[in-house]
Amino acid sequence: MKPFKNKRAGILVFPGTNCEKDLQMALEEYGFSVDFLWHQNSFSVEHDIYFVAGGFSYGDYLRSGSLAARSLSMQSLKEAVHKQIKTVGICNGFQILTESHLLPGALVKNSTLKHICKWVKLTPSGNWNDKLSKEYALPVSHSEGNYIADKEVLEELENEGRILLRYSDEVNGSAKRIAGICNANGKVIGLMPHPERAVFASNDYSYSRKLPGKEFFELVFQNI
Amino acid sequence: MRFKGNVIVRFKKSVLEPQGKAIELSLKEREYTDVEQIRVGKHIETVVNAASKEEAQKKIEKIAESGLYNPVMEVCHIEMEELDETV
Repeated sequence: MKPFKNKRAGILVFPGTNCEKDLQMALEEYGFSVDFLWHQNSFSVEHDIYFVAGGFSYGDYLRSGSLAARSLSMQSLKEAVHKQIKTVGICNGFQILTESHLLPGALVKNSTLKHICKWVKLTPSGNWNDKLSKEYALPVSHSEGNYIADKEVLEELENEGRILLRYSDEVNGSAKRIAGICNANGKVIGLMPHPERAVFASNDYSYSRKLPGKEFFELVFQNI
Repeated sequence: MRFKGNVIVRFKKSVLEPQGKAIELSLKEREYTDVEQIRVGKHIETVVNAASKEEAQKKIEKIAESGLYNPVMEVCHIEMEELDETV
């Protein structure tokens, strides 16, 4: 069953990105043909969806995502966002999207001062309130997942239903327990958890075979 | 009295400083082709209590030598500042 076998996905790759292969496997599971888009090149905006993969772009130097956000491929991504093509940033991808101002706010060091690598319980909220299972969970792996933004921005995100995922328990000090948000038109999504690590049975920590990553991708693939 | 030592720690010129190198290359790939070199160091603000500026400087030098920098690869420079007690 490959429902998207005529669709193309672009994955942005920077030096230090390390989740692009997991994403590729997840996307190919749905039939997408996947192109890796290297940071030194601009690309023609002809894909149905874009992903900014996780990892440690540019070694997290200066600030996580800051150097990647200013690379050539990101100029093409901005064009794609302008054309309202769905764009998803995962983990370091989320940090890159905030650094490039495609999403508001910033991600700073976890309040625990530790890298956190575990499955976390998540509560879908805002526009995703009833779009995912009530008891949702995904793996996280990050040092800078503590979301901050001005009070006005946080209120706007809340009021417009743009806080899509929240940590059910305290994880990293994130404002309003934000784990994922979207931009004003809902086309640009950023999240800290890794749905691409929860698509295959071998990823499933609970052996429940619920594969929560699949729920995520099926939701994101709507209307592309 | 309170004194602040601005402890500036830099890699020795002979040592590759990878963060600055990454920023430098990123700038050069964009429109900033005139950039010759970027090197990133650390600025460690260290506040101590001491009777005089000289004593404060000695204390901060000792702190710096206790591990704020590694003389094998780094150099350290301290700029003293008297803190305004009214702030």
